[in-house]
Amino acid sequence: MQFYRSHVLVCGGTPCILKGCKAVRDALIDELKRRGLDEEIRVVETGCLGPCDLGPVIVVYPEGTLYERVQVGDVPRIVEEHLLKGRVIPSLTGEGRLAGVVGYEEPTYLASQERIVLRNCGIIDPSSIEEYIARDGYRALGKCLTEMEPLDVIEVVRQSGLVGRGGAAFPTGLKWGFTANAESEQKFIICNADEGEPGTFKDRLILEGDPHNILEAMAIAGYAVGASCGYVYIRGEYVLSIERINEAIEQAKVFGLLGEDIFGSGFSFDVQVVKGAGAYVCGEETALIESMEGGRGEPRIKPPYPGTHGFLGKPTVVNNVETLANIPPIMLNGAQWYRGFGTSKCPGTKVFTMIGDINSKGLIEVPMGITLRRVIYEIGGGIPGGRDFKMAQTGGTSGGCLPREMLDVPMDYFTLPEVGSALGSGALLIMDDSHCIVDIAESFMRFFVRESCGKCVPCREGTARLHDIIRKISQGNGTYEDLRLIRDLSHAMQGTSLCGLGQSAPVPIMTMLKYFKDEFEAHIKNRLCPTGTCRL
Amino acid sequence: MAMVTIDGRKVQVDAGATILEAADKLGIDIPTLCHHPDLEVQAVCRICVVEIEGEKLLQPACAFPVRDNMVVHTTTPAVRHARRVNLELILAHHPTDCLQCIRNRNCELQSLAERLGIREIRFEHKLRGLPLDESTPSIVREPDKCISCRRCVAMCRDVQAATVLWPVGRGADVVVAPACERDLADAACALCGQCIHACPVGAIAERDDTDRVFRALADPNKHVVVQTAPATRVSIGEELGFPPGRIFTGKLVAALRRLGFDKVMDTDFTADLTIIEEGNELLKRIKEGGPLPLITSCSPGWIKFGEHFFPDLLEYVSTCKSPQQMFGALVKTYYARRAGIDPKDIVSVSLMPCTAKKFEADRPEMASSGYQDVDIVLTSRELGRMIREVGIDFRSLPDDEHDAPMGISTGAAAIFGATGGVMEAALRTVYEVATGLELPNIDLEEVRGLEGIKEAEVMLGDVKVRVGVAHGLANAKTILELVRDKEREYHFIEIMACPGGCVGGGGQPIPTDMEIRGIRGNALYEADRLLPLRKSHENPAIKQIYEDFLIEPLGEVSHKLLHTHYTQREKYPGTQDACD
Repeated sequence: MQFYRSHVLVCGGTPCILKGCKAVRDALIDELKRRGLDEEIRVVETGCLGPCDLGPVIVVYPEGTLYERVQVGDVPRIVEEHLLKGRVIPSLTGEGRLAGVVGYEEPTYLASQERIVLRNCGIIDPSSIEEYIARDGYRALGKCLTEMEPLDVIEVVRQSGLVGRGGAAFPTGLKWGFTANAESEQKFIICNADEGEPGTFKDRLILEGDPHNILEAMAIAGYAVGASCGYVYIRGEYVLSIERINEAIEQAKVFGLLGEDIFGSGFSFDVQVVKGAGAYVCGEETALIESMEGGRGEPRIKPPYPGTHGFLGKPTVVNNVETLANIPPIMLNGAQWYRGFGTSKCPGTKVFTMIGDINSKGLIEVPMGITLRRVIYEIGGGIPGGRDFKMAQTGGTSGGCLPREMLDVPMDYFTLPEVGSALGSGALLIMDDSHCIVDIAESFMRFFVRESCGKCVPCREGTARLHDIIRKISQGNGTYEDLRLIRDLSHAMQGTSLCGLGQSAPVPIMTMLKYFKDEFEAHIKNRLCPTGTCRL
Repeated sequence: MAMVTIDGRKVQVDAGATILEAADKLGIDIPTLCHHPDLEVQAVCRICVVEIEGEKLLQPACAFPVRDNMVVHTTTPAVRHARRVNLELILAHHPTDCLQCIRNRNCELQSLAERLGIREIRFEHKLRGLPLDESTPSIVREPDKCISCRRCVAMCRDVQAATVLWPVGRGADVVVAPACERDLADAACALCGQCIHACPVGAIAERDDTDRVFRALADPNKHVVVQTAPATRVSIGEELGFPPGRIFTGKLVAALRRLGFDKVMDTDFTADLTIIEEGNELLKRIKEGGPLPLITSCSPGWIKFGEHFFPDLLEYVSTCKSPQQMFGALVKTYYARRAGIDPKDIVSVSLMPCTAKKFEADRPEMASSGYQDVDIVLTSRELGRMIREVGIDFRSLPDDEHDAPMGISTGAAAIFGATGGVMEAALRTVYEVATGLELPNIDLEEVRGLEGIKEAEVMLGDVKVRVGVAHGLANAKTILELVRDKEREYHFIEIMACPGGCVGGGGQPIPTDMEIRGIRGNALYEADRLLPLRKSHENPAIKQIYEDFLIEPLGEVSHKLLHTHYTQREKYPGTQDACD
């Protein structure tokens, strides 16, 4: 094994690719070669580091210096000054929250987080199984296969308190237990990577940055429930994720970490990738299965649940990417260790994607129960332009919208529903006071109108009607009767829709009516848009 | 078993039963819309939602299985509220011109709105303005009326194995249609019309030809004759207010005379004739070593389905025309000559339980008389409308008889209308023709009833003849795949496109469900039992037509007038053109 005196990590997540990190990486490699440094300094393309808006981002180790917004033109200077002469270039270390992250420690931006799921993202080369293994990769699988009975594995997951991170927060151990108890020759593990919630891109970046983590977790799940076959159902647009996971599958097979008789335990497990075709509803587990079987992307009637009647009618575990990403560390460190993070009712961490009017957009992982205020003002660097915070939508487009008074509500799967919202997939959309609530509501509903599969009446007809009514209000033609109708319709949709799409589509509107009623009334009574957004 | 409490009353039901079934046992009629007793549960209309203690959301009673000690409430304010909102949502997207609708007063949506007392629809009324599909002579689709309940989808896929109708598009734009929103004429549709029975509203209906018939009847220069199919006499009463299961042959004939038909004749006559021709065809094929099995050809829905999905098996299908088309060919030749009427002045009308018959009559090859053999096909429903429009008091009509000779028939013809009937009728004749002996037991119970696929073995002398009967195209598909894969050998197979046979045809009164299909079929067997002549070859009018006109079964005249050929069609018509 070759040793290097420095490693330059180039963030290769999709957001950084869009900002030109590939050219920066190539320029770095060329420059190092030109100066004859390529034997002592290694350039590593990693997965996402998190501060997506500051890309392309590179980190020089062992110092841990983070350079942001690096351009090809900056490369000769970085090599000359930092890598050759050992002098940090302050002008490239950014301003504000990332400024001056120099020294033999992690950047403070990362230090304020708790990285379990993202432990390898931005650290290792995701194309290298060796780097994953070097960070304890596949040790958890080895431990499960050689030291533990399947039921013990499920018991540890159950005790860890892990709940599904796709949004429904169903206890993962319980879910595995249903499938483990189901009698069947064939069972399946499906990793749900059909991430479609607007503003959510965590699963994509986890898969891009640490694909082996997911494969290891799926194999553990397979061992626990008695499945020998796994599928990763990925959004077709996630080209890089698909490439990385396929690459990882091949590597794991070569290493004997997937395939027949893993670790000589007699347990065999294979993983295949299935590409989704772009329907939001296919993130719903039964619609996902329907789509995998070649059917129209539509949810099925539940019960029966996939745990007993899933893919091809066989018992099937469907777990979100982030849920699975927690499994190897839990198995390695134990349930009690995991319960040390987050809250007692909702242990662990949550990966959030921060978007909207916030200084730092990107990916973070923080303990469950953190408040909005800390995320926005400590980690996210606050609202740009000194504007006032107006609302945050938690959980993606199907989540609730919370006003300033809710900034100190702990964000976890149990507390947010109490105030009418949801943690959902972890998308955090921050909006400043320049936005009109009615206008935003209209745009949210437009999404659901497009994405309703059209199967059940309340969602098929209801989403379109909610959109119509809100548009009517935004055009200054609304009445108080319309507000009542919104409430009536929302209740029927929440209570009777066939799947989570229709049940949660009214959630943002309901919370807006609860917390920003004045603004709706201004549009109706005064035919006035307080922010001047709507053209009345 | 599970003990369930619904609205405070306890009931014991099988574990795995739905809440709807449990409620039914208690006499609680939970309103439904997308639910159909014969079809896979859809649970999409969300009208039957109920409150279950311990469940966060309301759940559809039609789909939700009971648990022991479950407590259900079916009329809480939350339930009533949700039901009404969901119904209002459907109604706001559905035409309100009920008065002009073919399903006026026989519409499940209309009844539901009345039952739930909908007095106001709070959503803006919006229609999509989708075009009518009048591309086939059999079925008219009116997608604007479609409420996407998906019953026709289940019918077309599960019962008829055609999967022509399918949800197309997403969200509120979803429309149930052939793939890519094509016309039915451009799809592999059998035109069986079972989707009409599945439809709770007027989104799918038969093409209405009553006006053409009224005009023909009013034309003094036209000689209008009508033939009545076996399965129509047992269903016409339902169109006129009688419960299912009563046979009204005499009143039907009388009503047709009152409407002004010059001659009222009987498809049962050519049903008997079909038995002679097809029976001889079977004996010939057995003697000559094939091709076997011989498959019946009376059901035009099955024929079109076979042309699309089993084009490789068409050589097995009997070359006999269906009784309707045999009749049509004879009316404009044999009858015209006997009556001294120029066939060009004859309007040949048929009364059929079937929508596919309209397509069959329009086939270009069905003109062996030199004219289109059958000019207009009326379904039972259309005749019901004509009788009601004219104001004939059906109840008080006397019993009339069909006109001879093409109105004389046997019990063998009567049972053509029920699944297994053609097979039974054929075997009654074939046995006696082949062996010269009298059939020991005339009632062939093995091929009766609503079992999807029925089989029997009959000794014809020293040949053991193995027969199969399938009704409903999914069952037909099953048996044909067995034949195609040579997994099972048959000599003779009867296929009827519609579940229950013609009594359950796509042109029969609405509702037509499995229970009603069974009742109608049993009535036909009862009629057969009471008839003096129960074997086709004993029909004197049949003997006479061979003496006078046809000379011999499978002879030259028969070949020209009574036999036909089939067309290979594509399974995915026009798939070389990409969807728009």
